[in-house]
Amino acid sequence: MENEALIELLYKMADDQLILGHRNSEWTGFGPLLEEDIAFSSMAQDKVGHSQALYTLLHSLGEQAPDTIAFLRSAEKFHNCILVELPNGEYDFSLVRHFLYDTAEMIRFEMLRDSSFVPLAQLARKIHGELRYHTLHANTWIKQLGSATEESISRLQHAMSFALPYALGIFEASPYEQTLIDTGVFAGERQLQERWMAKVAEVLASTQLQLPEWSLQQAVLGGRGGRHSEHLAPLLNEMSEVLRIDPSATW
Amino acid sequence: MNTMTQRDIYHWLETVKDPEIPVLSLVDLGVITGVTVDNDRVAVEMTPTFVGCPALDMMKHEITEVLTQHGAKAVTITVNFRDPWSSDKISEKGRAALKQFGLAPPPQAQLVTDLEVLEHVPCPRCEGTHTALKNTFGPTLCRSIHYCYDCKEAFEQFKPL
Repeated sequence: MENEALIELLYKMADDQLILGHRNSEWTGFGPLLEEDIAFSSMAQDKVGHSQALYTLLHSLGEQAPDTIAFLRSAEKFHNCILVELPNGEYDFSLVRHFLYDTAEMIRFEMLRDSSFVPLAQLARKIHGELRYHTLHANTWIKQLGSATEESISRLQHAMSFALPYALGIFEASPYEQTLIDTGVFAGERQLQERWMAKVAEVLASTQLQLPEWSLQQAVLGGRGGRHSEHLAPLLNEMSEVLRIDPSATW
Repeated sequence: MNTMTQRDIYHWLETVKDPEIPVLSLVDLGVITGVTVDNDRVAVEMTPTFVGCPALDMMKHEITEVLTQHGAKAVTITVNFRDPWSSDKISEKGRAALKQFGLAPPPQAQLVTDLEVLEHVPCPRCEGTHTALKNTFGPTLCRSIHYCYDCKEAFEQFKPL
């Protein structure tokens, strides 16, 4: 039971990192300015690296090899939240998603630094340090563009209203919440969500953006249980295309 | 017959450089976290600078090559996060090499409570702090991009982590 709970937790974290890493990489060559191109590409590299480290932990618990897990599962076997699989859209949506997701991820890894599963706690301490650069990046742009021009503010506001229900899907409860809490592996999605809401509100308070009423938000759920939007399967096809054409390819 | 010692291994590893910063050895970079020698079998423990560092495989390959050239019959390399890398693990020699290379060495990460210290990094050329942070992400995961108003040139810093 404890092992199943841990495996479920690691899968959803790793899949989030892999899928958002892939989406971030789609900005390579297309960023609105060179620095942003580099920033999203660097965060892509970090996130794919984080997913690999988490898949390696899963492998040590008896799951298949990292590349097999990453590239050869079908969409319904993925446990990422729907937020991370949505297409990049305009830069405003990508930026708002980056802010909402990385704020949550930062707090998640902060909580996991004390996990009773020692290899995860060690990895979390490392990843937490790296994520500071991701949240610094997100907060800097949200603060600047959230107080800049009428257009930048209205674009971010619109993207925020669209993204928030999906962002609440990050915290979809797993069937093992209580086990994870009781065994000290992870303090649970509810605590994470509460801390995330406070942090999001804190950053937005220094902008001209309005935080939509939480009570009116309907979380978009399903991703954690493998029920995805129509956008995940094409992403996975593209990601695994080379491997499926030539399984022996190396570079 | 001479048997190799832990000290020999560290000495030989001085010749293996970070593929992305060729003036810095893996020992001075601080990514080697343990070495054990059993006759001519060597076990190296290492930890990446950044979890997603793409140079890791190349480093492992070069470690194996160098130690094999010096007579090691078997080299095993384990990567873990038991003793995680921080920029504070870069040696004094390594910091001097970075500066000479034109890369500002990182401030002590333990003292960095707020990443805003990145705003006015001392320029590695003129040592002045009349500088601005241009991007917390640079050409590799471990570097940020800055601009010196006095030298009127961009420079990079090895990020504190």
